[in-house]
Amino acid sequence: MDTVLLSRLQFAITAGFHFIFVPLTLGLSVLVAYMESKYFATGDKDYLRMTKFWGRLFLINFALGVVTGITLEFQFGMNWAEYSRYVGDIFGSPLAIEATVAFFLESTFLGVWIFGWNRISPKLHVISIWLVALATNLSALWILIANGWMQHPVGYVINNARAEMVDFWAVVTNTYGLLKFAHTVLSGWVVAGFFILGISAYHLLRKSEINFFKKSLKIGAVFALLSSILVAGVGHFHGHEVAHTQPTKMAAMESLWKTTKDAPMYLLLIPDPANEKNSVEAIGIPSMLSILAGQKEVKGLKDFSPSERPPVTLTFISFRLMVGLGFLFIIISLWALFKFKTVEHSRTLLRILLWSIPLPYIAAQFGWIVAEVGRQPWIVYGLLKTSDAVSKAVTPAQVVASLIGFTIFYGALGIIDIYLLSKYARKGPEKEV
Amino acid sequence: MEFQIIWFILWGLLWAVYFALDGFDFGAGILYPFISKNEMDKKAVIHAIGPIWNGNEVWLITAGGATFAAFPTTYAYMFSYLYTPLLIILFALIFRGVALELRGKATTDMQKKFWDFWIFTGSFIPALLFGVAFGNIFMGLKFDDSGYYGTLLSLLNPYGLVVGLLFLFTFIVHGSLWISLRVPDALAEKGMRKAKKFWYLQAVCAVLFLILTAPFTNLYDNFIKIPIWFVVPAIAVACLLFTGFCIKKNKNGKAFVFSALFVISLVFSGIIGLYPNLIPSAIDPKYSLTIFNSSSSPYTLKIMTIVVAIFVPIVLLYQAWTYKTFMYKITEKELKEESY
Repeated sequence: MDTVLLSRLQFAITAGFHFIFVPLTLGLSVLVAYMESKYFATGDKDYLRMTKFWGRLFLINFALGVVTGITLEFQFGMNWAEYSRYVGDIFGSPLAIEATVAFFLESTFLGVWIFGWNRISPKLHVISIWLVALATNLSALWILIANGWMQHPVGYVINNARAEMVDFWAVVTNTYGLLKFAHTVLSGWVVAGFFILGISAYHLLRKSEINFFKKSLKIGAVFALLSSILVAGVGHFHGHEVAHTQPTKMAAMESLWKTTKDAPMYLLLIPDPANEKNSVEAIGIPSMLSILAGQKEVKGLKDFSPSERPPVTLTFISFRLMVGLGFLFIIISLWALFKFKTVEHSRTLLRILLWSIPLPYIAAQFGWIVAEVGRQPWIVYGLLKTSDAVSKAVTPAQVVASLIGFTIFYGALGIIDIYLLSKYARKGPEKEV
Repeated sequence: MEFQIIWFILWGLLWAVYFALDGFDFGAGILYPFISKNEMDKKAVIHAIGPIWNGNEVWLITAGGATFAAFPTTYAYMFSYLYTPLLIILFALIFRGVALELRGKATTDMQKKFWDFWIFTGSFIPALLFGVAFGNIFMGLKFDDSGYYGTLLSLLNPYGLVVGLLFLFTFIVHGSLWISLRVPDALAEKGMRKAKKFWYLQAVCAVLFLILTAPFTNLYDNFIKIPIWFVVPAIAVACLLFTGFCIKKNKNGKAFVFSALFVISLVFSGIIGLYPNLIPSAIDPKYSLTIFNSSSSPYTLKIMTIVVAIFVPIVLLYQAWTYKTFMYKITEKELKEESY
């Protein structure tokens, strides 16, 4: 294997691993902040116990999210030096701004929150966790502005053999980046909602702390429902933007080979990339694809030379599964909310909730596969090919070594983290706080 | 002033602040297994850096991000040329961070030992390797316009190692002083004893560094050109001596401040010597990555200057508040009640 493929594999593994921890952080920070605010406002000790219980799980998860993020910042330079050189004038800014504006705030006030229970006023303590929640989500904004630029570059000129920024405002207000930010953050909130639903269901199945976990479950259900509806809604407009700016990705997402007017959507479809067609196309919904893409005529893959098409099958399947799971989240959270009053007796529902915990994580990973694999062969869409972006000074042997290192170390950390999360999740809240 | 020069100073400042802050929690992590006899001591050392180490480490992220934004060509080549050493630092930092957060959750002896190992190793490796990396940057890396010719082993040359050890001992002293400020008295005294011992090693390395820099690097050229700059290394030397003096007098608070000022003036001594290079080429100066040939466009630098001018002072303010809030002696009672 060459450096390009190895580096791609390494980036996929490290970014995918990072994104196991980030989504929960995005949503759970907001929910823990909400719980502590409720305690602050009402003095109800249950909310303090909730803050501590869910807060502890938040911290176990957070530890890995932060450290695995450092890898990504280093990796742009380490493995993608040509990319970094070519886009640094634009891409570096949002990353530096993220650290300065958001990451400092998040890390500093998380320390204050953990160690400040008896050192600062309750009010300041609540403010600390809100700052953490705000900063976490603000981090996502800058990172996704950076990623949005890779998807749909704006506000630049090519000068001195690289992309140079001429309009910072255009980069920051890039519709692609902002939609992606909303879509990604909301997907994280879905993860957090289902995390709370599932763990609460676990305890309700065992009839332990029924009052505590019914209260938690309600918060989780409302949050999960709102987020899953919103993430689907934003996703719809995000789809329009993709169709508009990245026709090859759109075509691969739907495995559309021929440019078609009033394109139908086939519920059953099996792509056959070797023959540039689909081997199965059945149960078509007329014009549906055109509606989803927001275009009367949707471009097909055959309009582009094979060297400019992304891997179709992977993009297509990932997109279908993400969307399917997305609808499932709305149904499950609706169900949980309707049944809320007697939820402790609906064992089927509780079991489904418990087993649903991993699903939003999986959906988020599929979403990233669509976004990143679907952008290929470009690293910056239409501007720079992934194969031209890799470091020249790095040998395949070096990447093999680091890839093995990441796999082993990340594997170990992943196991430890899941072990600790499930241990403390099962243990339940402290009786006295 | 040109934006490149402003960003060169900011670049130096970010690294200086990073080492002055994360330096002491590296030091604390290195001393951690050696000065703690029991669980209570270990808890105390972790608690001493607990509230602030994460915020300290963000200065590294910011220094990295700022290099990317302001000097992308340097960022690209520095990180890809130093692939393997950076990877080692990265793994160390990852495990160290996780260890500091999760050590408190360990229940069996084996788990505790595992995290203890990483708190030490994860602090020791970056403390040494950051020094080695900067030592090699001072000397210049072996690269021309077609690539890089160094290896991990070639970085571990005598001069690189001297700078590495200087960083290592500096951080150990810095960390022992921080520990002595925060932990209960018996442990604090142990910290001060370590500070005394390691100060001598630090001083020896500092002298070696001052001498060896002449034959191994071109850093002195800038100082000879404009002798007024000698003020900065002179301040560094004075701060080092004051640190030692205050340690002797058992004034750990003052010693810590001087130790921090030493780190900052040391970094700036190196930065002044480097100017206008960010990474000199050891093969031929014409290949060197300078602040002029590797920078972003003036437009980007202007935007980033505005961002930094607004937000870095805000960060410094709230971090200073954090330090003030947590700058108290931890009591044994507090450690017993602790659960996070």
